[in-house]
Amino acid sequence: MNLKKVKISEQSPNERVKNFSEVCLGYNEDEAILEANRCLECGKCIAGCPVEINIPKFIHLIKEKKFLESVNVIKETNSLPGICGRVCPQEVQCEAKCPLGIRGESVAIGKLERFVSDYERKIGVKNIVKEKDKDIKIAVIGSGPAGLTCASELAKKGFKVTIFESLHKPGGVLMYGIPEFRLPRDILEYEIDYIKRLGVEIKTNILIGKTLTLKDLKDEGFRAIFIASGAGLPSFMNIKGENLNGIFSANEFLTRNNLMQAYKFPEGADTPIKVKSPVIVVGAGNVAMDSARVARRLKAEKVTIVYRRTENEMPARKEEIEHAKEEGIEFMLLTLPVEFIGNSEGWVEKTKCIKMELGEPDASGRRSPVPIKDSEFLIDSKTVIIAIGQKPNPLIPLSFPELKLTKKGTIWVDENMMTSVEGVFAGGDIVSGAATVILAMGMARKAAKGIIEYLEKSGK
Amino acid sequence: MNTIIEKKEIAPKIFRYKIESNYICRNYKPGEFVIVVPKENGERIPLTIFNCEDGFIEIIFQVVGYSTKVLSEMGVGDKIEAILGPLGLPAEIEYFGKVVCVGGGVGTAVIYPEIKSLKEKKNEIYTIIGARTKELVILEEEIKKFSDKLFITTDDGSYGEKGVVTEPLKRILENEKVDRVIAIGPIIMMKKVSELTKKYNVKTIVSLNPIMVDGTGMCGACRVEVDNKTYFACVNGPEFDGHKVNFDLLMKRNLQFQDLEKLKI
Repeated sequence: MNLKKVKISEQSPNERVKNFSEVCLGYNEDEAILEANRCLECGKCIAGCPVEINIPKFIHLIKEKKFLESVNVIKETNSLPGICGRVCPQEVQCEAKCPLGIRGESVAIGKLERFVSDYERKIGVKNIVKEKDKDIKIAVIGSGPAGLTCASELAKKGFKVTIFESLHKPGGVLMYGIPEFRLPRDILEYEIDYIKRLGVEIKTNILIGKTLTLKDLKDEGFRAIFIASGAGLPSFMNIKGENLNGIFSANEFLTRNNLMQAYKFPEGADTPIKVKSPVIVVGAGNVAMDSARVARRLKAEKVTIVYRRTENEMPARKEEIEHAKEEGIEFMLLTLPVEFIGNSEGWVEKTKCIKMELGEPDASGRRSPVPIKDSEFLIDSKTVIIAIGQKPNPLIPLSFPELKLTKKGTIWVDENMMTSVEGVFAGGDIVSGAATVILAMGMARKAAKGIIEYLEKSGK
Repeated sequence: MNTIIEKKEIAPKIFRYKIESNYICRNYKPGEFVIVVPKENGERIPLTIFNCEDGFIEIIFQVVGYSTKVLSEMGVGDKIEAILGPLGLPAEIEYFGKVVCVGGGVGTAVIYPEIKSLKEKKNEIYTIIGARTKELVILEEEIKKFSDKLFITTDDGSYGEKGVVTEPLKRILENEKVDRVIAIGPIIMMKKVSELTKKYNVKTIVSLNPIMVDGTGMCGACRVEVDNKTYFACVNGPEFDGHKVNFDLLMKRNLQFQDLEKLKI
């Protein structure tokens, strides 16, 4: 038994900082089988998967070279295997439960998931399995991971599902937030296409709460509604100078680059993006790593992550932190920006920071940072990207005051994911606050079950 | 959906489009706007809804940069890539008494639906239209219908009185009791109007036009400072109290991508 994972090939750091192609190149068939053969098929990993994929079964089929059968096992509970294989934090989920991880490295479950989904996509198999059509309309608000998942689960059961998306392209955070070097667009488009083939209609450019209200949807005959509008409201630091030019929310920076394709400006896209070196990125989650790595690819020579705690507390995936380091991103830890200082034209020039030290653990269990008195200092910063988190988008709750909210501004739901309004369900970041793709998907699956039970109980 | 069904150049480089649209009118209120993506891979640009009826919307826009140029080059029968709306908070439309509406340049088109709605609420409406020169004065006939008095100024004196909108506004404020001023146009005009009305202590509403990306409160590109607090113009605006807006910041922020925009033209 090999205690180490089969090594996976990646673009070299020097090469990849010059392009937006995927960093990880994936296993080939032999490598995938070799890695699959390490699996003991004990099944402990399933408990770590928010969408309960039958992991030992799909890995067993890889061992037998039955790759298409393998991907179909995944798709029984997860319609987005190519996406999840790439962006799920497996190291704290399925792979964390793998007994091989005790003495060596756990099975590379995510990379195997990715392998079989890529295999299917390359072969071009377009089969779908779904139940007979039912004449019941269900509306899903938002086409991010939660919306796509809930829609696909319901479509498989034969319901007529319409997704309403406010942006001009579907995918939600998968489209505007996650850069193409982590999640290539053709993979996203392929998996969205699969959901469309299941019979789901996606209507873009409709903002529920403004273009149409929840009441309009009920009037149009939607029997149940699933709200998955995400955590799209960027947090700012609310410190002096934050509205200077050159200071962006991570959402703006990434939306320009990913959704609007600004890295192709001016030839291939009309939306510009501006990166003047040195760049600082405030925050240390996945969004911060993504922003820093995008800035690097946009030719910023010096990019620094500024974080108020230490590396141990960073919320980003280990893999993302490692990739960022390999790409030359610098880390300035135990440091908190307190003011941005600009020039006469209103552009940011410097950031005043204060040194921090770790104090007592806070509610999240992480030791909370405390400022060190009189330790202020200045750093050069011609571009600042604020990546300190996103809050739930308030548009839908504002337009529909009947929805009960929690203190955090998220939508309150019961154990079946139903909101305080009958027939209206919610899931994903609008319920949990900003979390991961897979947790949103887990909630969406639960909501789909809740919706089906609700419809059965209410008579049709 | 989104097909251009009528196109008119109502003044040099100012276009009026009638566009087929199924949903936008359903919940539209004056003061709200749309985000338009002219073509694939295009920018998302905010434009005001000039008129909204069942089955279509009308927009009036001026060619000011690359994306509005692309839009202006489209023709009847062409399909616009994407239109999202209505967005923003609606204008406050109620009975105030005597309202002076100031429209500068293409801002005149933005203020028009508000003039119409304010008149329906029985307000007494004085309108001031300002333009650089005679041929850029737009919507005079339409606005006349809903205005009790109409003043026109041109920078070069080719039509109406020579000068800027603050001159007739000042005369009105000197001589009459005004209950509210609404000013929509270039930032500098809104700033000057707000400075003037502040002296007379007349509540003044302006409609801000910062750079936007999504238009739904997701990115913060459109942050503006009002009363020293930050707001997103797309969801908290676009209309704000002119006496509290930091116009200088808005002017600077709107120049943020100027050098890059030149690469497209």
